[in-house]
Amino acid sequence: MTRRLALAAVVVLGLAACGGPDAGTAAEPEERLTVLAAASLRDVFEDLGEVFTEQHPGTEVAFSFAGSSDLVAQLDAGATADVLATADEATMGRALASGTIAGQPQAFAHNTLTLVVPSGNPAGVSGLDASLAGVDLVVCAPQVPCGAATVALADLVGVALSPVSEEGSVTDVLGKVRSGQADAGLVYATDAAAAGDAVETVAVARADEVVNSYPVAVTADPAEPDLAAAWVDLVLGPEGRQVLGDAGFGTP
Amino acid sequence: MTPPRTARPVGDLTGGLPRWVLVPAAVGVLLIALPVLGMVLRVPWGELPALLTSEASLAALGLSLRTSAAATLLAVVLGVPLALVLAWSRLPGARVVRTVVLLPLVLPPVVSGLALLTTFGRRGLLGQQLEVLGIDIAFSTTAVVLAQAFVALPFLVISVEGAVRTAGRRHEVVAATLGARPTTVLRRVTLPLLAPALGSGIALAFARCLGEFGATLTFAGSLQGVTRTLPLEIYLQRETDPDAAIALSLVLVVVAAGIVLLTQRPRRGGTGS
Repeated sequence: MTRRLALAAVVVLGLAACGGPDAGTAAEPEERLTVLAAASLRDVFEDLGEVFTEQHPGTEVAFSFAGSSDLVAQLDAGATADVLATADEATMGRALASGTIAGQPQAFAHNTLTLVVPSGNPAGVSGLDASLAGVDLVVCAPQVPCGAATVALADLVGVALSPVSEEGSVTDVLGKVRSGQADAGLVYATDAAAAGDAVETVAVARADEVVNSYPVAVTADPAEPDLAAAWVDLVLGPEGRQVLGDAGFGTP
Repeated sequence: MTPPRTARPVGDLTGGLPRWVLVPAAVGVLLIALPVLGMVLRVPWGELPALLTSEASLAALGLSLRTSAAATLLAVVLGVPLALVLAWSRLPGARVVRTVVLLPLVLPPVVSGLALLTTFGRRGLLGQQLEVLGIDIAFSTTAVVLAQAFVALPFLVISVEGAVRTAGRRHEVVAATLGARPTTVLRRVTLPLLAPALGSGIALAFARCLGEFGATLTFAGSLQGVTRTLPLEIYLQRETDPDAAIALSLVLVVVAAGIVLLTQRPRRGGTGS
């Protein structure tokens, strides 16, 4: 029995030892840039990622898209990343305060809210006004960036919203409108644009006065500081502005 | 020659198992216990009362308890007959029926939520008919109860069916030969014998309802006091107030521990396994 155990142990250890150096030489280590970005930046950043790998051959950009506060929490807990881009300045401020970001964040895009309805506008919604009475309206919860913007917009326009659901992410709001489950939803203009024909957009007066500013910053301890700086330059530069503008973001 | 009974050999404590079995067993315990301990240590004990009695927390807790109770009741009313039928009737297709009924045990909750949405949602299979009848389930507390019952029913069916099979039909057969009608046999023989298994099945179903998250979020939405159950409240509080999220999590951990303790039966004595 003990001889068999000893043999098994030797085999396991041998495999483990082989695994190390082999993995090192087999996968030629490309330089890998890790970017943590808010979920609403998915399409834009993936496009920019392709531009980046063309400009910097031999590099790979790895993205992690999630809610902004999830990303900040991950960095806080020790996740390794090179760049952080959040959906509002308040969340970036928390990262700054906890020391996981180095230097000053820079605003690279802004987003405004818009009203979306299922195609055909079954409930006949005409804006953030009385047409919302008795309608199944879905918004973001105030705890997330798009929700904070919703509250600000409602205050600005002077209308009291009574939603049937306050979702935790703007994709959930959009999803409920797309499926026809909700009669109307308040989402980012970029989400409405990305959804295409699946939803119709209803313009909201004064929505351009409530602006979510997206900041980007290099993390305090990046694995690839040069690549991180290059990414920030790309996002702030002409290609970045082009891609952002095409998606419906405003640029500074 | 028997050893003197002055000391208990280690083999006795491990029940005759080899000692090395204790090592992976201990690692298994740590895998569960350490994360729970880690969370408990992060609880902000000073602010706990304030966090737990806030309007949002109380609304979420009250809603969770009400919906879980209703969903568990629904699961019992539907699940006990179903378990009896699956265990005893000789209807064809019992295996297929059992497979379907136990699906929610294995499905990710979000998938369960999508299934409910595509059926009872406004544009779902039954959605049109329900709308004609004036019933709009989505975004209502009814949707929460429905989602919870969907995921909890299999727990009840499994607990009860297992006990029913083990118990056998001896007592029911005797009662029938003594002249009792089937309903009387069910009421006065079968159900009382099932009471322990039913009790633990109810406890597990209730716990599952309390913890349900993915299906409720997808199907019912999230609005304070209407559809935002405790897990949804925790998920939302995570965004801005991690302390509140941990405080509410502690409530769920305590309730879960209580429920599981209740379902533990003494090793000796008592009916059933």
